[in-house]
Amino acid sequence: MSFDIFLQYLLNGLMLGVIYAIVAVGFTLYFGVLDVIKFSHGDILMVGAFAGLTTYIGIAGTFESPWLQLLVLVLVSLSIAAFLGAIIARYLILPLQKAPPINTLLVTLMLGLALRELVRLFYPNGSNPKPFPRLLPSDGIAIGEFILRSDSLILLATGVITILAVQRLITKSKVGLAIRAVAQDSETARIMGINFRQIVLITFMLGSALAALAGLMNGLYYNEVNFSMGLLLGVIGFSAAVVGGLGNFYGAIVGGFLFAALQTVGAVLLPAILPSVPSAYKDVFAFAVIIIIMGLKPTGLISEKSSERV
Amino acid sequence: MKSRISTLFVALVISISGSVSAKDTVKIAYIGPLTGGVSANGIGGRNSADLAVRLKNQDPNAKYKYELVAADDECKPNVGVQVATKIASDSSIIAGVTHYCSAVAMSTVDVYHKFGLPVMVWGAVLPEITYANNYKEVHRVNGTMINQNEVAAKFLTGLGYKKWVIIHDTTDYGKGHNKYFSQYLTKNGGQILGTFGVTADQQDFTAELTKVKELKPEVVYFGGLTPIGIRIRTQMDRLGIKAVFEGTSGIKSDAYIEGLGKLSEGSLSFIEGAPWEKLPGGLGFIAKYNQQKYPDAPEAYGPFAYTAATLIIDAIEKAGPDRKKVMAVLNNTQNVETIIGKVSFDDHRQNIVPLISKYVAQDGKWVVWEDSLYAKGQRKLGQ
Repeated sequence: MSFDIFLQYLLNGLMLGVIYAIVAVGFTLYFGVLDVIKFSHGDILMVGAFAGLTTYIGIAGTFESPWLQLLVLVLVSLSIAAFLGAIIARYLILPLQKAPPINTLLVTLMLGLALRELVRLFYPNGSNPKPFPRLLPSDGIAIGEFILRSDSLILLATGVITILAVQRLITKSKVGLAIRAVAQDSETARIMGINFRQIVLITFMLGSALAALAGLMNGLYYNEVNFSMGLLLGVIGFSAAVVGGLGNFYGAIVGGFLFAALQTVGAVLLPAILPSVPSAYKDVFAFAVIIIIMGLKPTGLISEKSSERV
Repeated sequence: MKSRISTLFVALVISISGSVSAKDTVKIAYIGPLTGGVSANGIGGRNSADLAVRLKNQDPNAKYKYELVAADDECKPNVGVQVATKIASDSSIIAGVTHYCSAVAMSTVDVYHKFGLPVMVWGAVLPEITYANNYKEVHRVNGTMINQNEVAAKFLTGLGYKKWVIIHDTTDYGKGHNKYFSQYLTKNGGQILGTFGVTADQQDFTAELTKVKELKPEVVYFGGLTPIGIRIRTQMDRLGIKAVFEGTSGIKSDAYIEGLGKLSEGSLSFIEGAPWEKLPGGLGFIAKYNQQKYPDAPEAYGPFAYTAATLIIDAIEKAGPDRKKVMAVLNNTQNVETIIGKVSFDDHRQNIVPLISKYVAQDGKWVVWEDSLYAKGQRKLGQ
């Protein structure tokens, strides 16, 4: 394999990794703060992407500049997802706080299905893939076979900056301190005067906005969105969060990039080593390795004992 | 009192004569993907079958009144089997116009055979649907992917292309296309640099396509359906792959062009039969279709669904609403004039369709190759 092709694989892997990591961070936030697994996370991502698409259709004639269009659709999409996240936390998650965790898992699983079906049935022609607007500049430089496009670079940078910003928010800000306090021990945090309900709502708004951002990045990268896009992304994000150490911020990022690396390696190596095995098995390969890692390190790569939650 | 009795008598006579002239209702089924990624084709097929039913119901000489029972197989084999079982076990349904997706059609043939429901496939192109078993219940009005791939392979080798990469989904449909296309391509002197099997719901193809880029093919052949066709074509562009994109009948839908916009330009597709404008009864079909004001287009396989429904209705008119008798009539279909041309079934109840049409996406529309700017040399593929 030549170096330029290797670079192309690396860029592909990093793009996937950053999207997975953002999704995984959402799962980790919910679990860290409230010990809940919110299975509708992938579908919130899809709703965010469709909200962005709808906003674009609505404003396409109003603003000329693609940057301005992008800004508006990001703001609207993230706000809608955050609002949805708050509603879910207020009316589904908090009332079920005393119920067994399996109930929350089931409720959010069903909510995800409902959201998916709503888009499929009620979004105009919702069952077909939708072209997502190409709002980012598509020019790029070619080094041999390797093409570095500006849009890929912008998306990658956005992803990395977002992850760093969330990390700073959690470690340096007052809200972050409150989130971490609730994650460590919600009872003590309450006694110390932290508004538990408010922190839960903020966490869900943050997680859902992150999901919407991942959805928009996905749309801008692939130039296509569809009603079922959140399904696999949700499962991958969740697996990434689990393998990294569910509830651990850094674990989610490690897990996201690890999963992307495994998929890329699987797609390249599997057909090369076993010619009869198509690259379609790359997910099987990636999940199989994740299962093995889980067997070896049941609490995740960065386990709770060695680090703080969230 | 007398007048009251006579009024009653008249009313009685009217009601009896009314019930005598009212026709019995006969149900026929339609099964196709009404939701999901290829639903545009499924809905077009449903409307077309519905058109056949509506037209027959307007015919004063029709012996029966027909009702179309439409069901959604979601293009998923497991859903298809459930729906087929529900339809086939309903004894009030006499026959069915069934399936656009090959993987679904393949998984349901046993059900129709078990329940003795005569069906006519209207869109699925996998040869095994009719040829793998000898089920007298299963007929197919459209051609198979064997004919399609023979033309697809000859066409581009004839234009001077030599190096191919094949990407196919790993369903029966995609694997079948890979098999027959590879066979005819090597026969015609084409070289296959690599074959990639991908899943039907895969989102990211950048790893496979990076490998494709390394192989430097002149043509990327894609055996699969519209949703991943759109994704692969988009991601080819992202990675700067300039090869010609050669699809199958699976991407011949308006949704493909809508999903890709300008990027669809120059994509190729092949279908059995001809565009409706060139079908013997195409103009009449589209005029009647438009009269009914369906909100969606009949799509590429609508005329086949219409023909399948018409043949079934004609068989019921001839033999009465009895599954076995209808099946016998359908089995013996030879040289029947329809809107798609003459329909004749071979020994496996497969319609012999010698005509395959080549299409190229040009300025946001599928255009028959011979009429396109590409054929005239004004545009070049893969630019």
